[in-house]
Amino acid sequence: MGYKTIVEDNIDILVAGAGLGGTGAAFEARYWGKDKKIVIAEKANIDRSGAVAQGLYAINCYMGTRFGENKPEDHVRYARIDLMGMVREDLAFDMARHVDSAVHQFEEWGLPIMRNEKTGAYLREGRWQIMIHGESYKPIVAEAAKKSADKVYNRVCVTHLLMDESKENRVAGAVGFNVRTGNYHVFKAKTVICGAGGASNIFKPRSVGEGAGRVWYAPWSSGSAYGLMIGAGAKMTQMENRIVLARFKDGYGPVGAYFLHLKTYTQNAYGEEYESKWFPELQKMVGKEYLDPEASHRTHRPIPTCLRNHAIIQEVNAGRGPIHMVTMEAFQDPHLEEIGWHNFLGMTVGQAVLWAATDVDPKYENPELTTSEPYVMGSHATGCGAWVSGPEDISPPEYFWGYNRMTTVEGLFGCGDAAGGTPHAFSSGSFTEGRLAAKAACKYIDDGKAEGIRVSDEQIQRRKEEIYKPLETYTVYKNEVVAGTVNPNFINPRQGLDRLQKLMDEYCGGFGVNYMTNDKLLNIGLKKMAILGEDLENVAASDIHELLRAWELKHRFLTSEAVFHHTLFRKETRWPGYYYRGDAMNLDDKNWHVLTVSRRDPKTGEYTMEKAPLYHLVGDLEDKDLAKLKAEGHH
Amino acid sequence: MPTFVYMTRCDGCGQCVDICPSDIMHIDKSLRRAYNIEPNMCWECYSCVKACPHHAIDVRGYADFAPLGHSVRVHRDEEKGVIAWHIKFRNGKKDLQLLAPITTKPWGTAIPKLADAAAPGKDMIDSQLLFNEPKYVRMDNGGLNTLQSNGLSLKEGVYY
Ligand SMILES: Cc1cc2nc3c(=O)[nH]c(=O)nc-3n(C[C@H](O)[C@H](O)[C@H](O)COP(=O)(O)OP(=O)(O)OC[C@H]3O[C@@H](n4cnc5c(N)ncnc54)[C@H](O)[C@@H]3O)c2cc1C
Ligand code: SF4
Ligand code: SF4
Repeated sequence: MGYKTIVEDNIDILVAGAGLGGTGAAFEARYWGKDKKIVIAEKANIDRSGAVAQGLYAINCYMGTRFGENKPEDHVRYARIDLMGMVREDLAFDMARHVDSAVHQFEEWGLPIMRNEKTGAYLREGRWQIMIHGESYKPIVAEAAKKSADKVYNRVCVTHLLMDESKENRVAGAVGFNVRTGNYHVFKAKTVICGAGGASNIFKPRSVGEGAGRVWYAPWSSGSAYGLMIGAGAKMTQMENRIVLARFKDGYGPVGAYFLHLKTYTQNAYGEEYESKWFPELQKMVGKEYLDPEASHRTHRPIPTCLRNHAIIQEVNAGRGPIHMVTMEAFQDPHLEEIGWHNFLGMTVGQAVLWAATDVDPKYENPELTTSEPYVMGSHATGCGAWVSGPEDISPPEYFWGYNRMTTVEGLFGCGDAAGGTPHAFSSGSFTEGRLAAKAACKYIDDGKAEGIRVSDEQIQRRKEEIYKPLETYTVYKNEVVAGTVNPNFINPRQGLDRLQKLMDEYCGGFGVNYMTNDKLLNIGLKKMAILGEDLENVAASDIHELLRAWELKHRFLTSEAVFHHTLFRKETRWPGYYYRGDAMNLDDKNWHVLTVSRRDPKTGEYTMEKAPLYHLVGDLEDKDLAKLKAEGHH
Repeated sequence: MPTFVYMTRCDGCGQCVDICPSDIMHIDKSLRRAYNIEPNMCWECYSCVKACPHHAIDVRGYADFAPLGHSVRVHRDEEKGVIAWHIKFRNGKKDLQLLAPITTKPWGTAIPKLADAAAPGKDMIDSQLLFNEPKYVRMDNGGLNTLQSNGLSLKEGVYY
């Protein structure tokens, strides 16, 4: 193979993956590290990479403290109830106290944010969301990152982190290959900020055939943040906490603006309100602390996202599907109708294409909703990701080991989907976490923590061979068969992905089994995963593009394995509507009011699981309306 | 909905190849024009459509659930700072033209170069503040929110 090895040496901060988190990290790092060498390695082109490639029509995390709207603790309380209690509240508070400054910066940089003409504040979609014309959100934050970084390597897929050989459990950079030239890239770095994003396409998607790319989270969200960090032995948290989304059928168009701003609502196929009738039963499963419709009705307290999914799933199973979004009322107002369309064009164009193709005019027809396949990510209504340290001035001892957003591997930081336990960060919160990680990484270097890093040529060579092995496998075995894709010696990345998705769907609670699993299924699944792992040693790539798919698949595999172990460990049904443990159908606060933490031993591949304590904010933060209800004996 | 490229409009400039986040717009070696090599990994994100200087790329709804005969076209203009959309329904009953701003400032001019910003002092480094803070983080223009300033503490257990 004639691929060159290109070494980038003496990097202080390597940003691996520059979506919303990574661009925030690269931008901010320059301020705290004026003379530091800041390098970005990104598998696509940072101008349009990651989940925000097509833009966004809303920024979903903005406090508005400047306008007297919310305080950080309000957001923590919101995220906590939405996630059924399972949140790293130190991280959530920290993100929330900084996020507004990021959003105001975006506006100064030219991002069009809509204003409420009466109050002068940003135009609210809901309590936490503000409306933007965000088609160019990603190019704008990319510009900021480019202004700060010394070098941007676009089209370099990072496959592994490099580890220091003088000190155990310390990061030393990363390696990968250029998706265009095929060249091998070695980044020797004192710190790595991992922003490589969440995972779509690990559970079998509802879409089939040509439409298989139509997933909610971007098809290029390859779980690389998890694959890279798990591979390096970093501890992960809440990986069982996959998310299922109620979205417009087939197109997966967003519903936030529809519910919150356009005031549309849902009903079953027969025009009936269905949600509330599932609540009494559900309340028995989860307890009144988590589901109290009256309290939610009279206060700001939301009904958790998963529980609303549960009602949809049950109603459809009861034979009264599909669920419809009632748009016909709101869309009579031409202004609201226009917003409804803009909302898609700004972030999920495919939904507009689909309605145009199927002649669904929401002004005259209420479109269908459906629940999606599960996704593993950490910045939406879910908190999968690495177990990271919180900030010094907030975190209790179990959550603090020196540097904000640093994983349990020294010098390795995470932001956005990569950081676990921080749901509801969304785009702005992910960017903010990148900034926090960058400041901490600079401090880590300045404190002398990255001295004496050693990376042997042996390590670099070993990774090189590993990276190109799929090309090798293809070359060696392709001529053993006449033609076609069926070969007894290897599978191609698509075949491997299909196997993974089927396995995850059937054994780990995908849509095909109504999100149901149990200990037996999970154990069988793990056994099959182990064999898939062996087969992935024999994945073959016919060209560099397929090599990209091979490594995406390997990252998805590592992510999925963690999801299996975590799901097996948490023996309860914490989030009905995301998934169900059939052998433990109730929420169990007595045993499981904890965060789950895993570690995969990089040498043996063995998993160890542990419980970590959950801390909640207490003090003068009670929602006033909620306090009143409680005083009346509601809780 | 997966993209396709009109033979007569494409000149093989490669802008779409350069931008596609999924790495699926490639140049066909013999025709020297671009095409979508892996439609089932296309997110219909329109990044390539917006980037093509000749409007050579269009989108045809995924064959497995989108009937033929619709159109969603786009023109993005960085200089004017706007994006224009044109949606046509299959049955011809709806024909929408929509315009949205994409930036409020001349492209790329308003983003600071942090290398040129004043260096942070030691007190700033030792604080929890980020660049440009505490600007905007509080209504009263006070410092950063902390547990102490907000009368909070963290406690282990079940408290709601
Ligand atoms: C349909 C949809 C709607 C959404 N709506 C909103 C909304 O309205 N408001 C809001 O605030 N948020 C919204 N979000 C959420 C928001 O997009 C995410 O929270 C945010 O993008 C997460 O940031 P991240 O940096 O973790 O990941 P990403 O932004 O996805 O970035 C990950 C980056 O890593 C790169 N990468 C991946 N693997 C590798 C590798 N192996 N090597 C190198 N680079 C790699 C990717 O190319 C990408 O650039 C939405 C998301 C989706 C998909
Ligand atoms: S950007 Fe347009 S003209 Fe250029 S190669 Fe792609 S399709 Fe052809
Ligand atoms: S629409 Fe997006 S994913 Fe599809 S080919 Fe174009 S840039 Fe790639």
